[in-house]
Amino acid sequence: MIVLSVNPLVSPDPGLFIWAVVAFGILFVLLRAFAWKPILAALTEREQSIEDALARAEAAKEEMARLTGENEALLKEARIERDNILREAKKMKDQIVSDAKETAAKEGARMIEKARVEIDSQTAIALALVKDQVASLSIEIAEKILQKQFEDKGKQDALVADLLKQVKLN
Amino acid sequence: MTGSIAGIGAGLAAIGAGIGIGQIGGKAMEGMARQPEAANKIQTAMLIAAAFVEAVALFAVVVAFLTK
Amino acid sequence: MNNKRHFTSKFFRAIALFTLFFILALNNAKAIDTLKDAKTTVSDTAKAGIKAEKEEDISATILHHIGDSHEWHFWGEGENKVAIPLPVILYTKNGFVTFLSNKHDADQHGDSIFTVKGQSMVNFEGKYYYPSATKYADGSYVKVDENNIPINDKPLDVSITKNVLALFISVALLLIIFLNIAATYKKRTGKAPKGMQSALEPFILFVRDDIAIPQLGHKYAKYMPYLLTVFFFVWINNLLGLIPIFPGGTNLTGNIAITCMLALCTFFITTFSGNKSYWKHIFNTPGVPWWLKFPVPLMPLVEFIGIFTKPIALMIRLFANITAGHILILSLISLIIILKSVYVSAFAIPFVLFISLIELLVGFLQAFIFTILSALFIGMAIEEHHAEEHH
Repeated sequence: MIVLSVNPLVSPDPGLFIWAVVAFGILFVLLRAFAWKPILAALTEREQSIEDALARAEAAKEEMARLTGENEALLKEARIERDNILREAKKMKDQIVSDAKETAAKEGARMIEKARVEIDSQTAIALALVKDQVASLSIEIAEKILQKQFEDKGKQDALVADLLKQVKLN
Repeated sequence: MTGSIAGIGAGLAAIGAGIGIGQIGGKAMEGMARQPEAANKIQTAMLIAAAFVEAVALFAVVVAFLTK
Repeated sequence: MNNKRHFTSKFFRAIALFTLFFILALNNAKAIDTLKDAKTTVSDTAKAGIKAEKEEDISATILHHIGDSHEWHFWGEGENKVAIPLPVILYTKNGFVTFLSNKHDADQHGDSIFTVKGQSMVNFEGKYYYPSATKYADGSYVKVDENNIPINDKPLDVSITKNVLALFISVALLLIIFLNIAATYKKRTGKAPKGMQSALEPFILFVRDDIAIPQLGHKYAKYMPYLLTVFFFVWINNLLGLIPIFPGGTNLTGNIAITCMLALCTFFITTFSGNKSYWKHIFNTPGVPWWLKFPVPLMPLVEFIGIFTKPIALMIRLFANITAGHILILSLISLIIILKSVYVSAFAIPFVLFISLIELLVGFLQAFIFTILSALFIGMAIEEHHAEEHH
């Protein structure tokens, strides 16, 4: 302390020290209560809100991406659905066409068959008629021939005898 | 006369502190050049170390005041 | 981050430019003023013809400028003096005594006794003492020792001196600035900063993010008010000290009483917030060989002394840095008088300007270092030692 009292520059002046303590104390108390507390609180709050906003933006971006993805998936699904429907329609068309063809073919065949049968029957009828005609004509012819043949008695007897011969053979 | 002797002492202390601060500054520069991403931390540490070294020189100055 | 830095550099540039012009103008005024003084001094000393005494005079003038005073001196000496007299408050044997300093400052050699409230006193070199019973050979009632320091008893001087007034001004400035900013923060919750708020917010964030959080960890919030107050108190006083005229120009942060008060605050906070591991570290340092602790407690002693040397170093660092800066500037201006040539100013004034700019940086740096070391000491006191790897 003897050394310290040598130079007034390095010996703390008690009066100034007291005032310094008082002034700094008042400054500290006032600033702590009315300046630092609200300022630091506001800074923290702002940082928090900025952080929140960033997080929200990030979340929104993710949501957006999710929605876009969903849309894409929906589109894809719709496209697949459409393709399916188209394919099915095509199939159905082919089916219908082939069915129609088949039916037409069948019907045609049936009609042809029917016509054939008709033709056959008509032919048969016609043939029968022709046969009848032929038969009656034959008979007529035969009658006439016979009438001509059997105009003399000998020929009749010869025939009978011939027929009888034949019968014997049987 | 005592004043001038104290002055020589303060000068010697200033040489020491000068070398010390020079070393700190130089090494800090090297460190920053090697790792620019750590520049902020190095700067803070450098200032603290320089303050400690400088304190020695300042003690000498104060002693020079005292012994007047 | 980049943005912030850009902004800060812009801000600094503006301040630096402004200060440059300010200092230039004021220093010119001051130099001219000092030159006038110098002329009278030179003529006086020419009469006396003693050079050594004049140099002594200059060093005394410098010490007077950086010291405390009962008046705020502007210019002139004796009858032509222009100064603001400040109230003197003395706690004497008869209780408190107050008077304006210019009432009893005609005689500063302790030659004439004056009486206030039945208490006789003398003024010796601007300070008030109780007079000795008899007059000494040099006509003074004050006895001085070999270092020219009076040994008379003196009353407790709690005057509003130049430094106290500067202290009040800086406190008022800080209150005005930061209460305003706080009001702005309340008004503009969650919005971008504006005006003064945006100018000082980087520094508040700087104290929080670069000083408090790295040194104090997650418990930083408790010490933020102290660190912010100290930082801005030291910084604004450093800057005010660089302004050559009225509201500034005092060597407040270069006054040991102020730095002592600040260092004591840090000391008390460190000591009272020290946890168990801090005290254990001091009295039973882990990882140190036992023979350093027993039978002679060498290590504990060193650590215990360390508790006190840390704040003392803090006190002396700020005091010596700021005082050295003031002495340097005043010495450079005094070169004009010492070398007795106006032309020296061509060299001295630019150099003073340069040093003043460096002092701007030093003013910020010392505020930063005082705050970060306070935070470091507090951080050491509240640090939790989980493992031994720290040692």
